[in-house]
Amino acid sequence: MAKAGAIPFTTRWMPEMFGIGTLVVAILIFELLVQSGVVNRFIIPPPSDVFLAFERVVMEEDILGRVRETAFEMTVAGVAVVIVGIPIGALLYRYSIWRRALEDWIGALAAAPIVLAFPLFLVLFGRSSTTIIVMAFFHGLAPIILKTVEGLTATRKVLINVGRSLNMTSSQMFWKILFPSALPVIFTGIRLSWTFCLITVVGVEFLINLGGLGQLINDLAERYDLPGTYASICFVIFVSVLFFVILERIESWLQPAR
Amino acid sequence: MTSLSSDSLSARTASASLAASAPAMVIDDVVKRFGRGTEVVTAVDHVSFNVAQGEFVSVIGPSGCGKSTLFNIIGGLLGDYEGNVLIGDERISAPHPEVGMVFQEESTFPWRNVIDNVAFPLELQGVAKSERMDRAHHFIDMVGLANFEKNYPSQLSGGMKQRVSIARTLVSQPKILLMDEPFAALDEQTRLLLGDKITQIQQQLNQTTLLITHNLTEAVQLSDRIVVMTYRPGKVKRIVDIKLARPRTSDVVGSDAFGHYVAEIWNDLREEASRGMADSESAASRRGAHG
Ligand SMILES: Nc1ncnc2c1ncn2[C@@H]1O[C@H](COP(=O)(O)OP(=O)(O)O)[C@@H](O)[C@H]1O
Ligand SMILES: [Mg+2]
Repeated sequence: MAKAGAIPFTTRWMPEMFGIGTLVVAILIFELLVQSGVVNRFIIPPPSDVFLAFERVVMEEDILGRVRETAFEMTVAGVAVVIVGIPIGALLYRYSIWRRALEDWIGALAAAPIVLAFPLFLVLFGRSSTTIIVMAFFHGLAPIILKTVEGLTATRKVLINVGRSLNMTSSQMFWKILFPSALPVIFTGIRLSWTFCLITVVGVEFLINLGGLGQLINDLAERYDLPGTYASICFVIFVSVLFFVILERIESWLQPAR
Repeated sequence: MTSLSSDSLSARTASASLAASAPAMVIDDVVKRFGRGTEVVTAVDHVSFNVAQGEFVSVIGPSGCGKSTLFNIIGGLLGDYEGNVLIGDERISAPHPEVGMVFQEESTFPWRNVIDNVAFPLELQGVAKSERMDRAHHFIDMVGLANFEKNYPSQLSGGMKQRVSIARTLVSQPKILLMDEPFAALDEQTRLLLGDKITQIQQQLNQTTLLITHNLTEAVQLSDRIVVMTYRPGKVKRIVDIKLARPRTSDVVGSDAFGHYVAEIWNDLREEASRGMADSESAASRRGAHG
């Protein structure tokens, strides 16, 4: 399909247009199903109602403040997970005894439904943002540790040999060969971790009825305002997209053309 | 040594000829076995030869005969071996600072562009940015990649990546250069031309060079001596002096003398190569045995 010269407009934007098109078609199908009564409108509101609810949610429910609150909790947990997780992963890579001792436990931590332990965290940290952040942190920690270990371990032997032949010190070896080589896998870990963090942030806000978007969803659901509930969920998706776009920017800035 | 200025070059050549009597590198009865018990593979079996200061020596042998193992021992990456590898008076058990290595496997850093790959060793030495860019540029030019300095390895062909690795090793101007099948990924024409470049700086810097190869033409084109190895266990079968005049270019490939050497070494190598071939054939269940 590609012609000589600049990439034609349609080819350049094809994936995006296809994605948006799919979404629009799905929404239209739902609208039809609900309007025709195949799907109960008290379980799933028609998309057009959700669309109309946006204005109400924005005007009456201080959505910006709530987005800010959720994004703040997410930022603190997300940054903490990176700052703590990568060094732990590096230590596990370096000391294989620790690795063998702990790797399975960390895997278990990744799978554990930490959200259910919220009463414990409430006792420890009170009904506050801190509880939400700490829980999100623990839920998001495991994937980044495991992926850091995996990425460092996968460094090609010949690159390490290049380093050895140049008599590099172990800290040079880490910063100039192991770490950059592991970076793509570490970013996969960050993506997984941040997904876990956001689920926990919104989930715990919902559970303990405190904070940003999670609490709003709880409120609106309790008032049986389903269009409002779904509109709020759209804002959660917005926060999620925001974080992943930022991550992608950082990644392509750190490693162009890999 | 910080630049390619002619002063420092001639100084080095002068001091090199003074030291010409003592070999730059002694490989003395080196043995390397892998595995244990009944599973032992003797990869290198009592190998001995010397390399004089400024000499270009090739080690040739069929694949699987222990060439890379020997390369790793001399490079100090395999410290656990029997016998001695001596550089100066030092027994090698770790990488020697005056030895530069080019590896058989693709070894560029995918997260650095070409010029930053090549400048890497200088960066480690703390050479100032503008100087290391100049020096990297010089060697990138030499391997014919001047237009690709800002490209990343993922945007280059296998042969181009290998040339980046070669430039990265040459940039720190090691006194002793070890290369493990560096031209294997290159097409014949590039191989010949790059061979000329390597010969040129090897002669300029009076660099002691050990080239590991399985390519006969390449070995004869470049070497002062060729060490022919046997297939499993890897022993020295014969050492051949190549008395083709220097300065030497790839034009030599057409000469009678060149053909004579190739034929002579092929005679030795044929037997080993066919043993290697028979080995891999029997491993893949017996089919008809040729040659
Ligand atoms: N790390 C290792 N462990 C076990 N066997 C090895 C190892 N490295 C090489 N060998 C064996 O030693 C022999 C020589 O290998 P190598 O030096 O790579 O040969 P070449 O470079 O000549 O192709 C082969 O039989 C190979 O299987
Ligand atoms: Mg090899």
